[in-house]
Amino acid sequence: MKCFSKTSLIRKTSRIAPVFLAIFVRSLGFGQAAAGQTPAAEAVAGQAPGESKIGDLTGHAGSGKALYRRYCISCHGVHGDGRGESAPHLDPKPRDFTKATFKCRSTPSGSLPTDTDLFETITRGIYNSNMPPWRPLTRQQRADLIAFVKTFSARFQEEKPGAPISIPPEPATSAESVQRGAQLFQDMNCWSCHGKEGRWNGPSAATLTDSKNNPIQPFDFTTGTHVKCGEGGSAMFRDLMTGLDGTPMPSFSDALKPDQAWDLVHFIEALPAADKKGIVLTKAEPKAE
Amino acid sequence: MRKQFVSILFSGILVGAVALSALVAVRSVRAGSPAPASAGELKGTVKVKGTVPKPMHIDMSQDPKCGGGGTTEEVLADGGGNLANVVVYVSAGLPADAKYDPPKDPVVLEQKGCTYRPHVVALRTNQELKVLNSDSTTHNIHPSPNNNRELNQSQPPGVPFTTTFAREEISIPVKCNIHPWMRSYFAVFKHPFFAVTGKDGTFDIGNLPAGSYTITAWQEKLGTSVQKITIGDSETKTLDFVFKAE
Repeated sequence: MKCFSKTSLIRKTSRIAPVFLAIFVRSLGFGQAAAGQTPAAEAVAGQAPGESKIGDLTGHAGSGKALYRRYCISCHGVHGDGRGESAPHLDPKPRDFTKATFKCRSTPSGSLPTDTDLFETITRGIYNSNMPPWRPLTRQQRADLIAFVKTFSARFQEEKPGAPISIPPEPATSAESVQRGAQLFQDMNCWSCHGKEGRWNGPSAATLTDSKNNPIQPFDFTTGTHVKCGEGGSAMFRDLMTGLDGTPMPSFSDALKPDQAWDLVHFIEALPAADKKGIVLTKAEPKAE
Repeated sequence: MRKQFVSILFSGILVGAVALSALVAVRSVRAGSPAPASAGELKGTVKVKGTVPKPMHIDMSQDPKCGGGGTTEEVLADGGGNLANVVVYVSAGLPADAKYDPPKDPVVLEQKGCTYRPHVVALRTNQELKVLNSDSTTHNIHPSPNNNRELNQSQPPGVPFTTTFAREEISIPVKCNIHPWMRSYFAVFKHPFFAVTGKDGTFDIGNLPAGSYTITAWQEKLGTSVQKITIGDSETKTLDFVFKAE
């Protein structure tokens, strides 16, 4: 009986949640954008509110809501703010959809992800976190979920997603490319967090927090080529160029040319086997404590 | 009959003149600058009472390219308790429909010796913020706003980075995750009536149209202090703030 009443409370709350959310979002000042502060007040081209487009699939928020309440609500919460009942026990914390800040994107730092980016995240899950792959759901169900998740932030009505970064074909890896990557790992201060051997033991690693001030660890590159937002060279290239928003990982789109980014990817890919291959990890090593 | 006609004509002219002058006043407020000839000015000093923690030495030895070290700037006061890096601004009282074009010149933030110069940056919505890296090491510029979009860009030596913020927000914490002691704040305003106190704790908000305003002073550790003030045409008023240190 107790359990039943709790469930019905959640149901009632989630029914009225969008209304409160809309008021809350406006009170945050997003409404000001409509008053002419940003040019993005026009509707996102070719997409009705409450819809998602993934290739030829169209997702509908109305259908996604029921799925969200069944599969997502326990971690991401009634209000989509990442404060579900299970959230206190999770590390890293579930995403707060009301901020529309997402780690895994094909778009530049600070911009909204594409619907396909969000679809791929649901499909793939997030490696090294509690977010599982949702392949058991049909593609249509996943598209519906994306449409609903987007209703938690007014940004999806006010802004367009960023233009996806281009990923040029991967050049063949070589000892020279790995060595150039090693120098970039040094010059770009990747070692400050990830550690000079990529074992997330850099001098700044212990100070890192996510955008909600929860402690967060840098990625351990010695575990393989499976990174947070995918697997293999092109996933690493994309993460380097877009950054993982909401975390300390910055975008290197202004800092690295595409061929340099590939060198860095080749170095990171070589890290798990660095000992065996006799690769010199860093040149002109600074005196780190 | 003639007398009546003259009086109607006279009152017509009067109404017209009042309407015209009101229109001019609204226009000049909307333009933001130049200020109306009758604009007032608000000056003052921000002080702190109590024991202020002494600035502490920052150990920057993890990155020798930072060039040694620096001191913490969370609460920066001189011997007389004059408080630097306080953002003082009009928080209420401006016409609701007033619009102010953002200035064309960018605001500049410099990273030098692995510290931010200045420590607190005040700027306008949609005004360009130019971030310079004058160090020989790579930084990442990482503002964490609540009401604007989060962004996080790696910035190697010499490559300038520019961005804007679309919405008013006081204040946005800014970090460099590579050098975790680096901390700055961006205060973003939709109007031009704000100032950041200098080392002597003084501020000066000019071109303020006559009116009754709420003035807020914000300090990153000590919080906010609020006062109300009325400024007449061409009037210069003084308003001092005192924060209490714990």
